[in-house]
Amino acid sequence: MELEKKVLSLLESDAKMSIKTIATILEQDEERITDILTKLEQEKVILGYNAIIDWDKLGVDGVTAMIDVKLVPEREVGFNRTAERISRFPEVRCVYLMSGTYDLSVTVQGETMKDIAWFVSHKLSTIDQVQSTVTHFVLKRYKQDNFIFEEPQQDRRLVVSP
Amino acid sequence: MSDMSKYISQVVNSIPPSGIRKFFDLVIQTEGAISLGVGEPDYVTPWHIREECFYSLEKGYTMYTSNAGLLELREEIAAYQKRKIGVEYSPANEVLVTIGVSEAVDLALRVLLEPGDEVLVPEPCFVSYAPGATLAYGKPVAVPTYDQDEYRLKPDVLESCITPRSKVLILAYPNNPTGGIMTADDLQPLVDIIKKHDLIVISDEIYCELTYQGQHVSIASFPGMRDRTLVMNGFSKAYAMTGWRIGYACGNKDLISAMNKVHQYTIMCAPIMGQKAAIEALRNGNTEMVKMVADYNNRRKIILKGFREIGLDCFEPQGAFYCFPSIKVSGLSSEDFCEQLLTEEQVAVVPGNAFGTNGEGFIRCCYAASIPNIETAIERMGNFLRRHRPA
Repeated sequence: MELEKKVLSLLESDAKMSIKTIATILEQDEERITDILTKLEQEKVILGYNAIIDWDKLGVDGVTAMIDVKLVPEREVGFNRTAERISRFPEVRCVYLMSGTYDLSVTVQGETMKDIAWFVSHKLSTIDQVQSTVTHFVLKRYKQDNFIFEEPQQDRRLVVSP
Repeated sequence: MSDMSKYISQVVNSIPPSGIRKFFDLVIQTEGAISLGVGEPDYVTPWHIREECFYSLEKGYTMYTSNAGLLELREEIAAYQKRKIGVEYSPANEVLVTIGVSEAVDLALRVLLEPGDEVLVPEPCFVSYAPGATLAYGKPVAVPTYDQDEYRLKPDVLESCITPRSKVLILAYPNNPTGGIMTADDLQPLVDIIKKHDLIVISDEIYCELTYQGQHVSIASFPGMRDRTLVMNGFSKAYAMTGWRIGYACGNKDLISAMNKVHQYTIMCAPIMGQKAAIEALRNGNTEMVKMVADYNNRRKIILKGFREIGLDCFEPQGAFYCFPSIKVSGLSSEDFCEQLLTEEQVAVVPGNAFGTNGEGFIRCCYAASIPNIETAIERMGNFLRRHRPA
């Protein structure tokens, strides 16, 4: 369990880290690390591996919105059934149950604002349990998943120093 | 233009230029080089520390502090030393805040040495101790430490270098450039020798937080050693604050007050913004520091395993962020190895002889670099060795 946690925390900081590197850091055989990763993937502890991309740099336009959703809870299942239903839409990137004035925070990605508007009016608002929605469009991303956009990454140190 | 060099004092003329400087000029001309030649963290100072400095500027803290440094900082330093090495110092008169450990070492040597007094300098070591002794009109005496001893200072070697003029011993562990450390068992036999020959110890402990196995032990913590040891430390390595230039010395009040006398006429005081940031580092910097140390440790394992795989013999360094492998297998001198490695494979490492003559045959590699860079550097060094290994 401790070893699994160590593997996970290394991958969380760099999903591209090779099995060889992980094995060296944790002083284990590569086969052992491969087994652990297979197990964690099968058990869905590791759900997947994503790259964090600054699409703006390529001039690729896209729109992201965060939608506050108020729901009517259902007997026995509470918010779960509706939340799962919303999660299945491919344009939905994140769904969180929130404390506070609304129930779900839904992050949606589309190519244009029209895409988002269509999703909200046709798909989201029409679900029976959805009472209301408030849509916030993302204007600029500064930091995502621990990465700061626009941060100069170059090494400013002297190349050789005592 | 007239030749003014005749006006330069004998003592300054007698100091050779730094071996690192020459190599630096070479490296900056090489495009796309991966550098394992740096001597500082690859992190930027943690944000909360930088932010505390902005706040102090907003509040108008732009004035001199007392010569010894802000009392608030000296109190934090004293508390830190008590936690870290188990030695108590009075913030009022036993702690002096300096411009990095470099200034503290310079002050101590100037305060302690009569002309001709000998300073025992275990080598390989950081480049400034021997010139510092010379500039203070002392005589540096190299005390060799060896690869097979993992660069620990051995009591018999130390004793063989002691003369009636020996006055100061410099201890710098965890060590730059070797990554060697001294455990309590290693230090114990030195204590008797130090007392017998009435030596004063300058203990440069700047890398103490970067100790990967066991706990850092200071020689000041041994019975009877507190008053004859000047413990020097700072913020550069543990908190990634090299450019702030804040260090300190702790020790007996007579020694500290003499150092403060020189300090007040040369420096006046360390910059207040750096001192404010240092207070924040000691109060709230532990979490980030622990993370950085864990990351160095990961990279230490990668570089060590990598060097052994490509056939470079290397003892396991237990401190700082350097590896010091032997390059004797290449049949090249340290300087030739480094120059050719740079030209042929664009990897910069530092020749071991820059840190003392018995560093010849070794290179210093700093693993405060990204994992991909370390891995690429090892791969390139492997290619280099395949071409340069005598049949």
